[in-house]
Amino acid sequence: MIEGILIGLTTALTLQNILMVMLGCFFGTIIGMLPGLGPMTAIALMIPITYGFDPATGLILMAGVYYGAVFGGSTSSILLNAPGVPGTVATSFDGYPMAQQGKAGKALAIAAWSSFAGGTLSAIYLLFMAPSLSKVSLSFRSPDYFALMILGLTAIAAFSSKGQFLKAMMMVVLGLMLASVGQDSLSDITRFTFNNMNLTDGISFVLVVMATFAMSEALTIILKRNDPTSAAKQVSLTELGSIKIYKEERTKMYKTIPRSSVIGFLIGVLPGAGATIASFLAYGMERNIVNDEEKEKFGKGSVNGLSAPETANNAACSGSFVPMLTLGIPGSGTTAVMLGALLGFGVQPGPRLYMTNPEIFWSIIMSMYIGMVILLILNLPLIPYIARILAVPKNYLIPLILFFSITGIYVMSFNNFDIYLMIGIAVVATFMRLYDFPMPPLILAFVLGGLMEENLRRSLLLSNGSWEFLWDRALTACILLTTILIVVWHMYKTMFKKSKS
Amino acid sequence: MNINTTKVISLLFFIFSAFYLYTAYQIQVFAFDENAPFNARTFPIYLGYAGLFFSGLKLILPDPNTIKVNHKTLEYKKTLILIIIAIIYGTTILKVGYFLTTSLFLFSSYYFLGERRWVLMFLLSFPFVAAFMYLLHGVLDIYLRDPFLQSIGVMG
Repeated sequence: MIEGILIGLTTALTLQNILMVMLGCFFGTIIGMLPGLGPMTAIALMIPITYGFDPATGLILMAGVYYGAVFGGSTSSILLNAPGVPGTVATSFDGYPMAQQGKAGKALAIAAWSSFAGGTLSAIYLLFMAPSLSKVSLSFRSPDYFALMILGLTAIAAFSSKGQFLKAMMMVVLGLMLASVGQDSLSDITRFTFNNMNLTDGISFVLVVMATFAMSEALTIILKRNDPTSAAKQVSLTELGSIKIYKEERTKMYKTIPRSSVIGFLIGVLPGAGATIASFLAYGMERNIVNDEEKEKFGKGSVNGLSAPETANNAACSGSFVPMLTLGIPGSGTTAVMLGALLGFGVQPGPRLYMTNPEIFWSIIMSMYIGMVILLILNLPLIPYIARILAVPKNYLIPLILFFSITGIYVMSFNNFDIYLMIGIAVVATFMRLYDFPMPPLILAFVLGGLMEENLRRSLLLSNGSWEFLWDRALTACILLTTILIVVWHMYKTMFKKSKS
Repeated sequence: MNINTTKVISLLFFIFSAFYLYTAYQIQVFAFDENAPFNARTFPIYLGYAGLFFSGLKLILPDPNTIKVNHKTLEYKKTLILIIIAIIYGTTILKVGYFLTTSLFLFSSYYFLGERRWVLMFLLSFPFVAAFMYLLHGVLDIYLRDPFLQSIGVMG
């Protein structure tokens, strides 16, 4: 492992890669601060640029964007009570009241230190957990992988749908359907191309991500007359107050951070869960643990109440890399985008990544840590100024997002059919967003579609067409049982809520 | 009569899944693969049935969380104009070239979104695209075909 860490450090600490982390953190912070535009959009916009670099550098850039976006989301939660990303909603519960009391600087500092500590601790957990899990996952067979993908897709549908499980499952099926367009990987038979040569190679992953996130988010902003930049104009440079954290406040954070980082990391590892659930759980857990006097302060600017979700959401970000790096199965929409980008580089994530591309594996882990340091050093003092950059009018922001999306697709294929297809998918996605059809399940399904078919093919061929492979191995059966439990729990929760109302 | 749009979308998805399933059955597979446990049409067929199942359930089951969208408040005109500009951009980019079409796309988008600060609009279109093009073409070595710049001798 020491050798791996050194390889990672050597790769991550090159001038180019440090520059990429800095750029990624900066760009991610800006996008993350805009309500509605989350890490997935930020990463999607970056993908075409990353193809100009080697895989390690490209991924380091994307990891920087990811952390920057989560941090940016926290900033808008604290300063404006407008969470940039769902994972930072819990941050606003105590961050915003603190800012209203004239302690915005302190709230930002607590958030930054908690993020840093949460990210650092989880990077350490990842450091130990990922290699051992990689070794364990080498024993996984096709039925286990197939079952894991079913679990991942069901879980993301259950967790991301806000009580609209069936809608999310429809999006999963749509994502898998889109992934089935083009040549079959084994027989080379074309499917669903309708004799259109442009579809023979299938639909590009970047195209689907750009259309369903960047472009459709831009169109939604126009359609709903939202102005994500208006809130940023309210930020005053002079009213932030001191960023100093007193000893008493630090003592509270010392207790909160370790427990929140553990819960955040573990939730992050679970497929589909992610930063939102982690931050809410950590907030709730912290509220139950603290004494009555401190409990009273929750929702009114509590240090523990701010530190817990901030630590947990950053720890969950690192945790979500575990299934992607060790199993090749992303646990969240954002890591699905990163997996797609990795596949674009010709790198197959999974248990063998640790051995075949150690420089990528370790440099991602190391760059996470470097990203945290950079976020702390660069972003904290620069936040008010970054917030000012966001005051760019919507009339400029939207065309620029569209421009980056279309250019991203154009430079990859030099084909205007892809531009039309992207516009078409974006229009459908915009309309579906209006009616709360979630997009992350679609992306995860699109990325996993090929792998899922491949593993189902192998499983069915080995079992001679019998579906017994689903319960032949204890591991496969356990994974499927977990999937069933998630569905049952979700149905129970929905029905319970309905009967209560 | 109020029509629940979510149900309409589910119905459209049901029809789409039925069409997908029909097309999946039409996929030509090799003769020796016809009766194999798994061939090129197996997975799409399962997907077609899954689509019918989930959209069918959504259609049948009551929808307590009905999403109501007030269409009167939505900005259809500007959205449609942006989409049309993007389609025109897609149509002309290969013939005219990256620089001119992208600059005009940005400039017209700013204009139709209500911007009237001409100098800023110009700066954030033509020089901005030129700088971005230099980044792609000159720094990242991504080739950009541009007949317009070639015709005036700027690009080789």
